Amino acid sequence: MENSQHASLQASELSCFRDERLLFSDLSFTLYPGEVLLLEGANGSGKTSLLRILCGFREADAGEIYWCGSKIAESSYYNDMAYVGHADGTKKELTVLENLKFAMALGSAGKYDIEQALDKVQLAGFDDNPVHTLSAGQKRRLSLARLLITHNLLWILDEPFTSLDRQGIKLIESLMAEHIAQGGMAVLTSHHDLSMADLNLKRIHLQACQ
Amino acid sequence: MPIIQAFWAIIRRDLLLAFRRRAEMANPLFFFVLVVALFPLAVGAQPNLLRAMAPGVIWVSALLAALLSLDGLFRSDFEDGSLEQMLLSPHALSILVLGKIIAHWLVTGLPLLLVAPLLAVFLGLPEQAMGTLWLTLILATPLLSLIGAIGVALTVGLRRGGMLLSLLVLPLYVPVLIFASGAVDRAASGLPVNAQLNILLAMLLSALVLVPLPTAAALKMSVN
Repeated sequence: MENSQHASLQASELSCFRDERLLFSDLSFTLYPGEVLLLEGANGSGKTSLLRILCGFREADAGEIYWCGSKIAESSYYNDMAYVGHADGTKKELTVLENLKFAMALGSAGKYDIEQALDKVQLAGFDDNPVHTLSAGQKRRLSLARLLITHNLLWILDEPFTSLDRQGIKLIESLMAEHIAQGGMAVLTSHHDLSMADLNLKRIHLQACQ
Repeated sequence: MPIIQAFWAIIRRDLLLAFRRRAEMANPLFFFVLVVALFPLAVGAQPNLLRAMAPGVIWVSALLAALLSLDGLFRSDFEDGSLEQMLLSPHALSILVLGKIIAHWLVTGLPLLLVAPLLAVFLGLPEQAMGTLWLTLILATPLLSLIGAIGVALTVGLRRGGMLLSLLVLPLYVPVLIFASGAVDRAASGLPVNAQLNILLAMLLSALVLVPLPTAAALKMSVN
């Protein structure tokens, strides 16, 4: 991960309205390699909206996002980030292997090859299973495997622990710890409290303003 | 080059998906054959009338079949989050979109091309118009997929975009219909058709260049 030392994600004075309701305003933060940002807040407080703004799906109603000092549209942002959202982003008619191969073609090669990644998320042996035969937790693991096979510095995860069992949660936490230790960064929302004590954790608590 | 790899990967993936959902994918073709086959039953066994109507009937059915297949172009990708992943790819979305449109044409347009001569014989289209029918289909069915893509990209985020899609796309389909069926009609009466074919070719080439960018922009808006 060259120039991961200089990488930074900076949000400056973001605000977001939804249906004329102010979700948040003047939200600023900076994230450096080795840090995790945990977004907290009640349902409907704008966590997912903030993540979608960080992904560039939504425009912030005010404010700007910078990657390594330049606006995300003018930087290598999309080469350096990966997103796992509510929707899995996998095709249920295709097999596990076909899905991951396609994900690889869309990005560039990452730390692990497909076999290693499946091993890591404990889906080894499921290569040729169509995704619709997997359980909800296994589908989640599959979409998280995507993070491992493509090149990325920044993980943006929307409720990554949904439908995972206790062992799965531990697994994802350890993958995240490994990613962070190697100079990666992560932004996530979660109702599950992260149990990793040694993680360099920043918290933002979103409160719906009236 | 990675972008070309991604382009092929998307075509390959969509063809594979179509193969896995073949029953669903055969729908437009089935519709096309059915509509054309029903005309002689409704109009009655009047060979002259059918022969005169053949270019129009085949082209209207092809157009409606294309319209029927359009919604599937981005719908499933939108619903399962694949579209989000494509948006986040470092590659230009317009190139990926072009790959999807080409795959869509291979699955929905190409079969029409193969069946149409059979149906033309069935309606008694004169032999001298057969070549022209083929040429118009080769030129204009990709055009239908391309033009439709903009409409689908604009409406895919709406819950009930079907009606709006037809309203948006049909006016743009009308020139294609006029030139294509006009060309077949003229060929059937032995007149030259170069002008119509050239216009269709020009429309196809400009659509190839002009469609991917606004489609990509519309998809970005729909995902919002």
